Amino acid sequence: MNIHEYQAKQLFAEYGLPVSVGHAVKSADEAVAAAKKIGGDRWVIKVQVHAGGRGKAGGVKLIDSDDEIRAFADNWLGKRMVTIQTDADGQPVNTLYVESCTDIADELYLGAVIDRGSRRVVFMASTEGGVEIEKVAEETPEKILRAVIDPAVGAQPYQGRELAFKLGLKGDQVKQFTQLFLNLSRLFHELDCGLVEINPLVITAEGNIHCLDAKLSIDSNALYRQQKLLEMADPSQEDSREAEAAKFGLNYVALDGNIGCLVNGAGLAMGTMDLVKLEGGFPANFLDVGGSANREAVAEAFRIILSDSNVKAVLVNIFGGIVSCAVIAEGIIAAVEDASVEVPVIVRFEGNSAEKGSKILQENKLNIISATSLKDAAEKAVAASGGAS
Amino acid sequence: MSILIDKNTKVLCQGFTGSQGTLHSEQAIAYGTQMVGGITPGKGGTKHLGLPVFNTMSEAVEETQATVSIIYVPAAFCKDSILEAADSGIELIICITEGIPTLDMLEVKESLDSREIRLIGPNCPGVITPGECKIGIMPGDIHLPGKVGVVSRSGTLTYEAVKQTTDKGYGQSTCVGIGGDPIPGSHFIDILGLFEADPRTEAIVMVGEIGGTAEEEAAEFIKSSVTKPVVSYIAGVTAPAGKRMGHAGAIIAGGKGTASEKFAALESAGVKTVESLAQIGDALAEITGWS
Repeated sequence: MNIHEYQAKQLFAEYGLPVSVGHAVKSADEAVAAAKKIGGDRWVIKVQVHAGGRGKAGGVKLIDSDDEIRAFADNWLGKRMVTIQTDADGQPVNTLYVESCTDIADELYLGAVIDRGSRRVVFMASTEGGVEIEKVAEETPEKILRAVIDPAVGAQPYQGRELAFKLGLKGDQVKQFTQLFLNLSRLFHELDCGLVEINPLVITAEGNIHCLDAKLSIDSNALYRQQKLLEMADPSQEDSREAEAAKFGLNYVALDGNIGCLVNGAGLAMGTMDLVKLEGGFPANFLDVGGSANREAVAEAFRIILSDSNVKAVLVNIFGGIVSCAVIAEGIIAAVEDASVEVPVIVRFEGNSAEKGSKILQENKLNIISATSLKDAAEKAVAASGGAS
Repeated sequence: MSILIDKNTKVLCQGFTGSQGTLHSEQAIAYGTQMVGGITPGKGGTKHLGLPVFNTMSEAVEETQATVSIIYVPAAFCKDSILEAADSGIELIICITEGIPTLDMLEVKESLDSREIRLIGPNCPGVITPGECKIGIMPGDIHLPGKVGVVSRSGTLTYEAVKQTTDKGYGQSTCVGIGGDPIPGSHFIDILGLFEADPRTEAIVMVGEIGGTAEEEAAEFIKSSVTKPVVSYIAGVTAPAGKRMGHAGAIIAGGKGTASEKFAALESAGVKTVESLAQIGDALAEITGWS
């Protein structure tokens, strides 16, 4: 789960990390009032969306008058922002963040991730702040410094010092950075993060270390014990169909093809998409109905798939393990009848009660095409969607 | 021979009296698995499915001499359950549960590695040696005792691979689901090593998916240490970057972990790869010369 910058900074402040004074606002009036409250004559105003690349998209601005604040707010609130990290539709802008202005002497990068290979939380730091860190890692890997956290003892001060000296920090900056590093590690572990990024982490004109941006991503599996973070969720930033699917225990990811896929199991759902592509078609979605799918979940899955107007055919691929194909068949019939499905539905059943499931479908003279194998199913789905490209 | 489990394996179930524990223990018993009891704290001394229930793992292991534990407890309690099993003297832990926090698994894995206890899963279908012992949620009837070792990150893709090897009449020595989480208890290389050493396993099917570098590491290992023919399929060629595809571990992050990288690594290691999951059986026939 992702949260907004202003929420991440709120958490940063609670963990003693240096962030600017700021206020999240939802209207031009609020934005002007926030600037007044902060004081001074110069502020930064930032669009709050769950995506990076806001600066380049015009979503971050230095402002020094009420008029500019209003113009920025009117320009963005209620609109959608497209950045290099969003799709073509972009993300809705509902919130802006007004912050005090920081004079920057230098920009650094600091981030932490769970590294799957080494099974450790790994911190990365670089003197190349303010730019895409993936690019730095690709082009100049020697500029990425690393500190690996031992799960038994946690982050140690020497690791922070080592990074600080390698970053070229001096005097009190080393102390500040080390403290920040330790606090950030504590935050990462206590809040069940999957990723934390401060890009840029700046050295101010006064020579202090300061977090200018904050990105935080939380392990969805741990949300049951992170109630406070759960309350920070912003459903407007998520694909509405994905959010709807999640309510029914379904895993759905929208793609841009025209063959809807309804599959049990995440691996098989990906495999089915791959097969469709291999036969010259285009999958419209990833959808895993899960291991304990019932009639209602299948009906809901159909509803979500068909809410995508690009869908010209639906491919149902079920390998019944725990799930009975007969139960899925009943779900399909319920869905096809209720939702007056007009596109062809291709069904391949295998495993638990496959024959019974097929028989149930045949008896119901609906617009359902039975497939005899995986390949057959993909071929028929591609043909039904208008043929191979 | 087989790997990890066989007809003599004695199995305990953690979360025995819950709905999942009950359903799958019943099916395991029906399959012929030597279930010897289960653990549900507070229900010790009672019987469930005709088997003794214990309060603690250490008591259960002492009483039953079991060597394997299967875990069906909810995700929030899995770290505790896995570590309890590890402290009980058990040799192999199989965890089916999906949704364990990644930082929990990081600590669990660290603890297990320091004492050389094997964990399969979590977020996996389990392990089966066809005709002998079924520990997990896979449908027993699609399996056939035989000569192909199957290892996979995905449950239903394991079933596809199993069905194709059954349809061809090859059968399976053992099938291992290592699970779809970013921090699994066992990696491909752990299981590939066991298959290489197992006389009954004559060929190996490895099913991977996007995310992480386990397949690339497997490719290196196969190149250096596996002499048996390997067929591999990787799911997710069509998966978009940055999106989690159902499994917590199935995500292309920062441009890394794509299916094409994994295919390329495996091909350079001499593995027979298939683009279509429907071709696993045919590819096996092709590289082994089996009819």
